[in-house]
Parts: sequence; C-alpha cells; structure tokens
Amino acid sequence: MRRGNWRAALLRPQFAALAAVLLINWLLFPGFFDITWQEGRLFGSVIDVLNRGAPVAILAIGMTAVIATKGVDLSVGAVMAIAGAVAAVLVTGGASALVAVAAALAVGVLCGLWNGVLVTYLEIQPIIATLVLMVAGRGLAQLVTEGSIVTFSDPVLIFIGTGSLLGVPMPIVIAAVLAIVATLIVRKTALGLLIEAVGVNRSAARFAGISSGLLLLLVYTFAGFCAATSGLIVAGDIRGADANNAGLWLELDAILAVVIGGTSLLGGRFSIPMSVVGALIIQAMNTGILISGFSPEFNLVVKSGVIILILVLQAPMVAQALRKRFMERISQ
Amino acid sequence: MNRALRPLVATTAIFALAYLAAIIQFPAMLSTRVLGNFLTDNAFLGIAAVGMTFVIISGGIDLSVGAVIGFTTVLNAVLIMWLGLHPLFAFVISLSVAAAFGAVMGAAIHYLKVPSFIVTLAGMFLARGGASVLSPDSIGIKHELYTTISKSYILLPGGGRLTVIGMIMLAVFALGMVLAHRTRFGSYVYALGGSEVSAALMGVPVARTTILIYTLSATLAGLAGIVFSLYTSAGYSLSALGVELDAIAAVVIGGTLLTGGYGFIAGTFIGVMLQGLVQTYIVFDGSLSSWWTKIVIGGLLFLFILLQRLVFSAAAPRRKVFWKT
Repeated sequence: MRRGNWRAALLRPQFAALAAVLLINWLLFPGFFDITWQEGRLFGSVIDVLNRGAPVAILAIGMTAVIATKGVDLSVGAVMAIAGAVAAVLVTGGASALVAVAAALAVGVLCGLWNGVLVTYLEIQPIIATLVLMVAGRGLAQLVTEGSIVTFSDPVLIFIGTGSLLGVPMPIVIAAVLAIVATLIVRKTALGLLIEAVGVNRSAARFAGISSGLLLLLVYTFAGFCAATSGLIVAGDIRGADANNAGLWLELDAILAVVIGGTSLLGGRFSIPMSVVGALIIQAMNTGILISGFSPEFNLVVKSGVIILILVLQAPMVAQALRKRFMERISQ
Repeated sequence: MNRALRPLVATTAIFALAYLAAIIQFPAMLSTRVLGNFLTDNAFLGIAAVGMTFVIISGGIDLSVGAVIGFTTVLNAVLIMWLGLHPLFAFVISLSVAAAFGAVMGAAIHYLKVPSFIVTLAGMFLARGGASVLSPDSIGIKHELYTTISKSYILLPGGGRLTVIGMIMLAVFALGMVLAHRTRFGSYVYALGGSEVSAALMGVPVARTTILIYTLSATLAGLAGIVFSLYTSAGYSLSALGVELDAIAAVVIGGTLLTGGYGFIAGTFIGVMLQGLVQTYIVFDGSLSSWWTKIVIGGLLFLFILLQRLVFSAAAPRRKVFWKT
C-alpha cells in the first residue's frame, strides 16, 4: 500500500470512533491506558480490550468474507459451541490435546462446508441456510456434551484461551495471525477480487469465468474454521465447554463488527482489518460500560444506538449503490 | 390440484403423518387435552409467527420479535405492579409502544434503504436492553384479571381445555388470513414481496405498506408479550429468548417462500403446531432430552427448505432464480 493510502486509511471514521470510545474510557477511568508487566505477561485495560475482543474479531474475519459475497453466516455462535464441546469431550475422554484441537477445527470446517453446500448447490438464501445450523447447532453441541458443562484441565487447551506468547495473551496472538494471514491471502492474490466479483453479481462473475460455486464454498468453510478457532479460545478461557452459552449471540456481534468496519451488506467491497477494528470498537464499548459502573444491560442499548448511527451515516451511500444497481438492471 | 397450494398440502400431510406416528406410539396423545395444550403452550409463538409471516411474504425478516415480547412482558409488569394501572390500560399502552417501535423500524428500513435484518437486529438489542434497564429481575404480576383469565377456559369434549390465550391465538390467525387474502393491504404485501420495483410501478404505496408491515409484526409481538405475561404471570427481560428463530422456522415449515411474494398464514399455523408436536412428543417419550427439540426443528427446517426447492423447480419449467442476486 502506498503511503497516501495509509494516511487516508487512518482518517477513516472507524478509527475516529475507536479513538473516541477509548478517550471516553480514559476519562471515566484514568488508568485505562496503563500497561504493566506481571508474571511474564502484559496486563492492563487496553490489553484486556484486545484479549476479550479476540473471539469476536476472529469471527468477524470469517464473517467479512461471507458478507463480501452478499451472504451472512448466522451459525457461527452455534459452531463455536460445537467446536468447544468436541474439544472438551475428546480431551476428557483421554485424547491428546492436538487431536482434540484438530478435531474441533475439522468439525468447524465441516459445519462451514455444510452451510456452503446449502448456499451454493441448493441455492438457499444464506440467512436461511445458516439458520438451520444456528437452530440445530446448539442441540448438537448439547448432544456432544450430553447436556452438561464439560470441564477440563488440559494445559494445551487452557493455554489457547489464557496463555501468553512473549507476554502477549494467546487470543490476541491467534487473532492477529489470522487477520494478517487472511488479509495477505486476500489482497496479495486475486482471491479478494474474485470474492468481490461474486458479491457484486454472482451471475456476471460466473459468466466472467470465475467458479463462483467453489469460491462460495471456500468462504463459508473459512467462516466455519474461524468460528471453531474462536470456540476453542472461549472454551480454553473458561476451562470448559458450555453448549448453552458458548458463543451465544456472538454471531450478531460479529455481523455488527463487519458492518461497523464498513463492509457493505449488499456484497462487494470488504476489508478484513477494518472488521477487526469494528470488533475492537464493540469490545472497547463493553469494557467502558463495565468499568464505568453501569449495569451490563446498558451494553445492548448502546450497541443498538451505534448500529442506528452507522445505518444513518451509511444510508446515502447505500441508496446510491442501489440506484446504480437499479440503473444497471434497467440498461441490461 | 392448484399448484400454488402444494407446499401447504405437503406441510399438512407431514403434520398428519407425524401426529399419526406419535399416536401409534403413544395412544394418549390423541386427546383434546393434548390439542388444547398445543394451543395454550404455543399461543405466544403463534401470534408472533403471524406477524412474521407478513414480514417474510413481503421479502423481509424481523429479528426483533422475541425481544419485543420480552420488553412487553416487563413493561406490562412495571405498569401493573409498580404504577398500579389496570391491566387493560397497561395492555393498551404496551401495544401502542410496540406498534410505534415497529413503525420506526419499518420507516428506517424503507427510508434508509438498509436490509431489514440489520434494522431489526438493532431493534432487538434496543428492546432487550430497554427491558433489562426497566427491570433486570423478574417481576411477578398479581392481579384479579390475570387470575380470572388464566382460570377461564372452554371445556372441550374429552376433557381438553381451550384457554383464553389459545382462543386469542386462533382469533389472530383467523384475522391474519382475512388480512392477507381478502384485503388490499394483503395484496400489497404479496406484491411487495414479488418485486419492490414492479410493486411501486403498479402503484403500491411502498413506504406506507412497508411501515404498516413492521408495525403489524411488532404489534403482534406485543400481543404475544401480553399473552406470554398471562401465561407466566410475570414480566422478565430475558423471556422469549430466541423466539424469533422459532417463528421464522414455523413460517418456513408452513410453506412460505423466504424470497417473499408467496406464502400462507394457515401454513404458519401448521408450522407452529408441528413444533408443538415435537415438544409434546419429547415430553411423552421421557427418555429424550430437551435439546432434541432444537435438532429436530433444525432438521425439519432443512427438510422444508429442500422441499420448497424441489416443488418450485418442478413447478417452473424454466429455471427460476431462487436466490435473488
């Protein structure tokens, strides 16, 4: 990216919003930016925001790709629960941690593949196709855990949720690596362009020679993989798999993060780093509400306020895009 | 046979077969008592699902219904228990608040040109958050009217009880059918779901219809909230969590096309009853755990989506674009 692009990127409203939220947090809680080094790792409210924001950020990475193809994946929260349940049950059953992690990720990939097949080959709208797994997924997770909260003490799984690498908590490391790798793959190859092409107009993309079916399959599978990763982190964090509550409503947070990041819900233009910023904005708000002593219930009200604000801000743009599409359709 | 009625027939046949299978295994399930409980236990879901049917026929989706139900139960409880209002007066206020809420969402969807699921998602956060800000704890409702209503029922032959809230649901379904199939508003909703552009060109008042659709859905969700508070005699901000998904599932199972423009209120009724059947079967069986409900409903949802695909590719000789791109 050229230097001018960087400067333009830093001036985006998302960064202004993040700065504003952090500033408010700092005003409410002067020690907000303090970072200390204890027991070989970083501590502080900012680190906490990053750490707590990591699961949603990881979901948002996968969700960005899905939304860029004009889809949506409502099942990620349920897939998180399934992945956590599979890992926990395997580990308590005596399997090694590596097998458990691999199995959990494989299950996530399978779930994503299932969504992808429904969307691609059965041509079901994404909201509904993924709704099936959202409804049934939590039941499946409970089937795996047999209805109880399965706790474990496996050091590797716990390390994924609470450990640290060079002083940085593992969830942050995983989220950062995933975000960087995904961004590089998408932007340094033609993949990103192809995803945008499919999102803007699937038939046109197919006529242009893009195997849009395979691409859609890939995107949903990736979202499933991200969800499973996030599920492992959440399970490692609480040292157990809670089929009822793991990842509950996180699909909505992930969609919100992507929307805040400026990815259009009508497909096309997308940005993975900005979605991660969106996830951080959400988490900074959560943390701010908690440290300012308000009850966590205010979170939902504030969140809805933010969505409304963004919708109003984006409205003329969306209207313009619609008009353009409408004109294109007429001129065909 | 009319091709358009095929999905409705398929849904009804599957319900009949499933019920038959359940009766063969548990003969006790064939009683008006069980049927009466179907109606009572699913009354709030059915009422909300009627509103959802209108929204989905118009090509949209409403994720806020569960939250509006929760909000209404809390608002009712606060008005009756804390402010000492008469329940009927509280009902009027709750319904008006819900209606206004829906109208604002409809206006946002139309004028901001945002996908309905994002607007109603914001509405869901707002309603749940608002409910927990009003009262994070469950409030019990004690009032003569509540006890009278929950005690009154019509005795059916065979010992079944048709409760007041069951009757409210049946009335809502009847009114919904009339509204969808016999009024101008109903045909506007179908036209909008077929294609918004052609509907506008035909002279359908798109703005007014969109706002009315979401107002209707939210008002019915409010009514479902009142019914829920009658059913549980309490107001709780987390009640009816995830009911929007059950309602969507009921609508889809009932044969309504998710792309809009096609569907039946009567089908939604069968969809709600089918969900009730699954729950009752699991209770009768005793050995199956409650999470099987979710898996079976997910499976049914998948089955019916698949069925819709098959029926519609068979009905149209030319390839129909199912997923609007």
